[in-house]
Amino acid sequence: MYKISNGIKIFSFTLILLGSIGWGYSYMDSHKTIEQVKEMLMHESSHGSSHADQSEHMEQINEDHHNDLNESSHDDEHAEHVMHQIHNRPYAALYIAAFFFMMISLGVLAFYAIQYASQSGWSPVLFRVMQAITYYLLPGALIVLAIAFFADKHLFIWMDPDVVAHDKLLQGKAGWLNKSAFLIRGLIFIGGWSLYRYFSRKFSLAQDLANDNKNFKRNFQISAGFLVFYIYTESMMSWDWVMSVDPHWFSTLFGWYVFASMVVSGITTIALMTIYLKSKGYMKFVNDSHLHDLAKYMFGFSVFWAYLWFSQFMLIWYANIPEEVTYFVTRIEDYTIPFFTMFALNFIFPFLVLMNSDYKRIPWFIVMAGMIILVGHYMDVYTMIMPATVGDRWDFGLPEISALALFTGLFIILVFYSLSKAPLLAKGNPFIKESENFHY
Amino acid sequence: MKPAKIVRAFYNDDDVLLSAVKTIKENKYHIEEVYTPFHVHGLDKVLGLKPTRIAIASFIYGCIGFAVSILMMNYTMIADWPQNIGGKPSFSYIENMPAFVPIMFELTVFFAAHLMVITFYLRSKMWPFKTAENPDPRTTDDHFLIEISVSEVTGKLKNILKNSGAVEINIIDSKEH
Repeated sequence: MYKISNGIKIFSFTLILLGSIGWGYSYMDSHKTIEQVKEMLMHESSHGSSHADQSEHMEQINEDHHNDLNESSHDDEHAEHVMHQIHNRPYAALYIAAFFFMMISLGVLAFYAIQYASQSGWSPVLFRVMQAITYYLLPGALIVLAIAFFADKHLFIWMDPDVVAHDKLLQGKAGWLNKSAFLIRGLIFIGGWSLYRYFSRKFSLAQDLANDNKNFKRNFQISAGFLVFYIYTESMMSWDWVMSVDPHWFSTLFGWYVFASMVVSGITTIALMTIYLKSKGYMKFVNDSHLHDLAKYMFGFSVFWAYLWFSQFMLIWYANIPEEVTYFVTRIEDYTIPFFTMFALNFIFPFLVLMNSDYKRIPWFIVMAGMIILVGHYMDVYTMIMPATVGDRWDFGLPEISALALFTGLFIILVFYSLSKAPLLAKGNPFIKESENFHY
Repeated sequence: MKPAKIVRAFYNDDDVLLSAVKTIKENKYHIEEVYTPFHVHGLDKVLGLKPTRIAIASFIYGCIGFAVSILMMNYTMIADWPQNIGGKPSFSYIENMPAFVPIMFELTVFFAAHLMVITFYLRSKMWPFKTAENPDPRTTDDHFLIEISVSEVTGKLKNILKNSGAVEINIIDSKEH
């Protein structure tokens, strides 16, 4: 049995506390009035920062177009736009962090179900770690949904009736993109995932004490069923919870793209937790070969992610249709550094670092590569959400860091709490002996 | 002194073969070669073979393929006959790079795979019309063969082989081989 250490408790509660305070402060701080924003914009343009240059340039173009508009009304419009972006930032920061940790948990759940459905022999020693990580899914996903409704039009512009009233495209999509459907779908997704997680955990614990394999067989059946449910709901979830922040834009492989992100960060988290527990003297039954396999999956799914990311990018870049290409134009022009850094961290780094077979067995190497992958996928979610909500007013500061701290704390405490509830070895699993003796 | 005799022990199971190799090694006999119909996991470790360097070679070949693809496309699509790619007549390699990525990928894989196979064949001294080296055709079907070279065959060796699960033991003069 694992006993949650005081160090972890103190660490995670401190993170939660500091995170809430930091986020609360930045939330209060974001309530700028239009006068303050105007003053700020004036200040910026007098300093002649590159951003101000750009916006001045834009303004000139706009003025040429609308020379009938007088200058002050245009300035008001711009200031109001900037004010909204400043208001949106704390919501977006909170949503990104919440979604990122929910995504890890959901990715692990899918990976776990695949292990059962494929009756794989190498992985049962890791089942309790996977179950612990998926414990976060129910609270985590409910929090994401709650933030979505709490943020409302600050994140999802289609939730604003005024905007929809002036937007033909959004009116056309209103059958899918409306608040009640969004809520119902969200609850169905979360309900289905959580039911599977609940029963799978129950059968896994019951199997430890059983004399026959009935519980294992049931787990196999529900896992296969869950995977079908998952691949549909995951795809729809990604349209709802991520893609709809840019409601005009759509990409047909977005679900797969988010899935790749999800599963690679999930596997990385399994590897990091396993290495941590092993270093603390738990899980002696996990050997080099298990780590090697996890690292292979990290490598493989990083390449898979890059493949999907690039497939999406290349088609849109090649076709160059204005309403599609705007998605990447915003990201490349306003988010140059995070956008390209994210690609390097998620593909080039893991590709080169984890390529060598021997390195996949060295724990500190996996930890290093895993950290890079997690940072990269956080940035991936960041570049999915931020451009649609705060535009070029992005930064990585107090709201983002404290939101990240808040959810890191919550994730750690819940996961380790769940880990301490059951033995670390699923000893009743019929494949457990094969898994313990697994070697490559 | 050259070993005078070659002992060939046949096995019909890969797990039995692995443990047999271990016992023979423990008794300090020199294993010349092992012939198997398929790759036996862990055999290289038991035999004490050096780890393969083909992965490094493959990485280098991949890098060569990557470089060749860039040079080739820069020459054909940009320098020699400038093409308007996807309605973006920029005539610059870097700006058209996304369109070239699939070819960069394919040529990397192509070079790595083909050159690796060729390297493997050369390193294993295999080429077209070469006569087979395996001493018994059954090793391509369902038998495993351990070849041991000794100066003289003792009863002890025969016992070790029998006890390790050999289904057949042949002794051959190394000259006739």
